[in-house]
Amino acid sequence: MSNGTRVETILGAPPAALAPASDTLWHEAWRRFRRHRLALIGAVILLVMVTAVLAGPLVYRVPIDAIDFKAKLKGPSWAHPLGTDDLGQDLLARMLYGGRISLAVGVAAMLIAITLGTVVGAVAGQVGGAVDNALMRVTDLFLSLPALPLLLLVVYLFRDPLKKALGPEAGLFVLIVVVIGGLRWMPVARLVRAQFLSLREKEFVEAAKALGAPPVRQVARHILPNAVGPVIVIASLDVAAAILQESTLSFLGLGFPPDIPTWGRILFDAKDNLDFAPHWAIFAGTAIFLTVLSINYIGDGLRDALDPRKVLTHSRTS
Amino acid sequence: MSKYFFRRLLISVPVLLGISLVLFTVLALAPGDPFEELATNPNVPAEVRANLRTQYGLDDPVHVRYLRWFAAMLRGDWGFSFVSRVNVDTLILQRLPTTLFVLGTAQLLAILIALPIGTYSAMRPYSLFDQLSTTLAFVWFSLPTFFTGLLFILFFSIYLDWLPFIYRADLNATGLGWLRDQARQSIMPIGVLGLFQAASLTRFVRSSVLDVIRLDYINTARAKGLSERVTVVKHVVRNALIPVVTLVALQIPLIFTGGIVTEQIFRVPGIGSLLIASILANDTPVIMAITFVFSALVVLFNLLADLLYGWLDPRISYR
Repeated sequence: MSNGTRVETILGAPPAALAPASDTLWHEAWRRFRRHRLALIGAVILLVMVTAVLAGPLVYRVPIDAIDFKAKLKGPSWAHPLGTDDLGQDLLARMLYGGRISLAVGVAAMLIAITLGTVVGAVAGQVGGAVDNALMRVTDLFLSLPALPLLLLVVYLFRDPLKKALGPEAGLFVLIVVVIGGLRWMPVARLVRAQFLSLREKEFVEAAKALGAPPVRQVARHILPNAVGPVIVIASLDVAAAILQESTLSFLGLGFPPDIPTWGRILFDAKDNLDFAPHWAIFAGTAIFLTVLSINYIGDGLRDALDPRKVLTHSRTS
Repeated sequence: MSKYFFRRLLISVPVLLGISLVLFTVLALAPGDPFEELATNPNVPAEVRANLRTQYGLDDPVHVRYLRWFAAMLRGDWGFSFVSRVNVDTLILQRLPTTLFVLGTAQLLAILIALPIGTYSAMRPYSLFDQLSTTLAFVWFSLPTFFTGLLFILFFSIYLDWLPFIYRADLNATGLGWLRDQARQSIMPIGVLGLFQAASLTRFVRSSVLDVIRLDYINTARAKGLSERVTVVKHVVRNALIPVVTLVALQIPLIFTGGIVTEQIFRVPGIGSLLIASILANDTPVIMAITFVFSALVVLFNLLADLLYGWLDPRISYR
């Protein structure tokens, strides 16, 4: 911080042990995150899975729909590292392809939830009054809606028209992402609103106001960047929850079309073949489990790294 | 206290109205109509179809249709299932006991597991037991219920052949034999749901107990010479239980939706599997009724949670 450097020039360079290791809150947060062993392991696992899913199909070029009845329901082998399904299709290729969709749904739904929640929370917190009241009542209403039944209902009602309008894959993707994201923005809104209510009274915002900053600039430049910490934690956990919800939808047979091998859909096909081909269900389920687990650990680490209370006890020797 | 109760009750009514509005709007916005199949039937001329539509009031303005639907829902007239040809409320009431049995027992199991483990973990933080139980809870909480269900089936039904994996509502044994068969077929669905709930509940119980243990009155109790057991049971647990009870009541709707997946895996003939079957069969009245039931349950249990919290925590009733 600039204060520190002035002190250094007056007193001379400090001994190496006391040299400031970071000068921004983000560096500080990253250092605290690094200390969480489990969160780091989770981050590594997630990185491996994302890389595999993005780059895998470019390297491992076995087609996902190559039907080969001679090789059906075989366990792992050199030709098919994760085995085959009941049509002889290679499971590794299908899982790499489906992983892209599952992850895309997770990230997209999270972005919608975060954006919507932040906007609603920011408006409610900043404007206050009747607008705040109305927005909070709407938030409470959405919080009372049961997630899975409503998700199933909307997919059931709007699946066909959206398929006709945007094509089977894109239509369902938009539908699922919008509905999952549209049912997860409420905690973000409440959190952002609470942050705004407390940050609005802080001195630096008062100073900005005194200097003539219009409300939009106050929000964008001062309040919002400081409110964003807990939102990041919720965002990471939301990705896991969205991936789980999409997998649940596909597992119930009501997600993407049957030829798109999302991980939940692979489990849906595998569940009737458990006695002949347990590897089919185990690999797909483990993929979902590892993704969700690593994201949960990362979220835990982020929560500790970005906890504002810990920032105040920042020690320079660590 | 009753003022608090009435205030909470009054808030629930507009929430229920709002939910019904959202559900009906979703239905009204959706294209397609119940008489779609008739459109392709050459024996049904267009005027007959138009007459049927006016007769069922499908051409009335939206707010009229909403009011009529809502009044019917309140009266208990939930419509007629296209597929099963029985009244929807009969259908739902048929399936309700099974669902309540499975879910209720699962929630009980979750509480019975989470309370002792969470409390003991918090009493000895960072010990081996605590680290093991926290990690296990975290891992189990990240396992989706459909995966654990499949793993259970793989292990207990296929590999070990101890338990049947299809739940049958019509067991033909009697007496003790019936009890044994019922227990054998219920263990897995109840176990899957209950353990998942227990995992998330354990972490919460642990943090709640940790918060209470640091407080001064626990020190006072120990200084007074009370045994550790009495301190824990009479003071720590009772106070730590307040937020936990609220969380349990708030999570009950979640266990209903989690039950949908479990009922599909184990073919339990409950409300969840009815919902899925109706969706696959395009049986709209049943779908709407079940979704409304779920929403009403959410509102009911939120209200219950508020009331329980107000009753258990003496600090609240002075508002």
